[in-house]
Amino acid sequence: MTIPDRTPLGESLGRLTLLLLAAVLGLLVALPVIGLAFRVTPARVLAQLATPAVQEALWLSVKTSLAATVVAVLLGLPMAHLLATRDFRGKRALEVLMDLPMVIPPTVAGFALLMAFGRVGLLGGALSGFGITLPFTTAGVVLAQVFMAVPFLVGAARAGFQALDPRYLDAAATLRAGEMHTLWRVRLPLALPSIVAGIGMCWARALGEFGATITFAGNMAGTTRTVPLDVYLLLNENLDAAATLSLLLIVMATVLLAAMRQAGLGLFAPPRAPRLAPLPGR
Amino acid sequence: MGSEKRRGGTCRLFGLGVVLSTAVPALVAQGNLTVFAAASLTESLTAIGNGFEALHPGVTIRFNLAGSQVLVTQLEQGARADVLATADSRWMQLAADRKLLAGEPIVFARNRLVVVMPRSNPGRIDRLQDLARPGLKLILAGAQVPAGSYSREALGRLASAPGFPRDFARLALQNLVSEEENVKAVVAKVQLGEADAGIVYASDVTAALRSRLAVLEIPEAANPIAEYPIAPVAGGDLALATEFITYVESAAGLQALAAAGFLVEGRIR
Repeated sequence: MTIPDRTPLGESLGRLTLLLLAAVLGLLVALPVIGLAFRVTPARVLAQLATPAVQEALWLSVKTSLAATVVAVLLGLPMAHLLATRDFRGKRALEVLMDLPMVIPPTVAGFALLMAFGRVGLLGGALSGFGITLPFTTAGVVLAQVFMAVPFLVGAARAGFQALDPRYLDAAATLRAGEMHTLWRVRLPLALPSIVAGIGMCWARALGEFGATITFAGNMAGTTRTVPLDVYLLLNENLDAAATLSLLLIVMATVLLAAMRQAGLGLFAPPRAPRLAPLPGR
Repeated sequence: MGSEKRRGGTCRLFGLGVVLSTAVPALVAQGNLTVFAAASLTESLTAIGNGFEALHPGVTIRFNLAGSQVLVTQLEQGARADVLATADSRWMQLAADRKLLAGEPIVFARNRLVVVMPRSNPGRIDRLQDLARPGLKLILAGAQVPAGSYSREALGRLASAPGFPRDFARLALQNLVSEEENVKAVVAKVQLGEADAGIVYASDVTAALRSRLAVLEIPEAANPIAEYPIAPVAGGDLALATEFITYVESAAGLQALAAAGFLVEGRIR
């Protein structure tokens, strides 16, 4: 079958246009990073890294983002499993709820967190009864990061659980494995690549969290001032230092994303759970 | 056919010229005026802006309200504005040093600091000395924000005032739980009840907030009075900017500032 009206000129013009548009997008994303890199020299990076304020912010960022990732995994995997394996009333609403933090403005998220967990928030009284305070504390930073980053983990893990070849599950059922046993021995190992991709994205998002943190947890050196908050502060004081820290954050994110790509674990990469060979006659 | 077209064009051009020349007197007060102003000027300058717009029907004023340090950084990075009003002379001087201004700044208002608490007063603060009590939650604007540096200066002055412990400033700053990017963020967090106390300008305790905040005055001797300079910005509409600044300095402008809690004593003619 031939497609009518496929002139060589139109064809190559079309290809050129696609290439040009892709190039524009490539530059749009690359130029800001290059611009930052131009402001920074290796000597300056080392000098910045040696300052106690920067070390404090870096250490706090690493600590809180790792803690947030652990919490997100503990709470996110059961939710991903539930959404992947069960149908129930209100599931659609739950799915929307789980996607929500990805699209609401972080400042709004921070404000909403205050309304829930702040001193005068819905749970504020109950929490302070237990001696728990979240606003202006490091725990508050972790909570803000979990809130903003957990959808990446839930989404990736759920996709991983759902992409399993059902015949593995049939086999497990034939062997009379219980649901928990199947989850532990079949689902989790097979969905692991997707879960790891989710963990990577979740960690990167937590590391970059700014708006919810500054609104909910405030801005205090050593307690809540993570690297993104420090960058914001430095923008008013020392642009070279701000550029250095910004570049550092970009480098960390790039290394993480590149490593994941290398392992075939990109956020939107198709899940690579092993598949059984098709049965003959199917 | 071509020549006819050209003649039509000339006619239209001529007509435009007539319209332009008759419109010239009104053109002086036409267009947009962009005012970059310290966050603490939010209510007062908005009111003054409304008055100015009422007098100049062709003019629309747009405000960019943020911490003074943010405004100067934005101007430095190429933001376009006609007028800059900061909450201290330091940032205005920096703007002048960086060649961002089109004229001499003049001080148009002064502001004093107060301590604010949520109405319910969760920290049980009855006097300024209580700010040093361990475990209290105090928030201030960051040290680079004018309100923040004035606040720290006030704490330092109080430490050498009679009736205060010598380490008052140190103890109070140990209670600091957050450094906000502008003074309005301090007001917001105290108003939400998240902090026990904050230090803000008297003008931040607006009529709408008086029922939600409790206020402790800081004695005059320890109160570093904030000065608000205003100046036209380089590259902006100098004529309109000057007209606006004159209006801010007029009786109507000063009255609006006084109503908002600024100190303008002896300047209302």
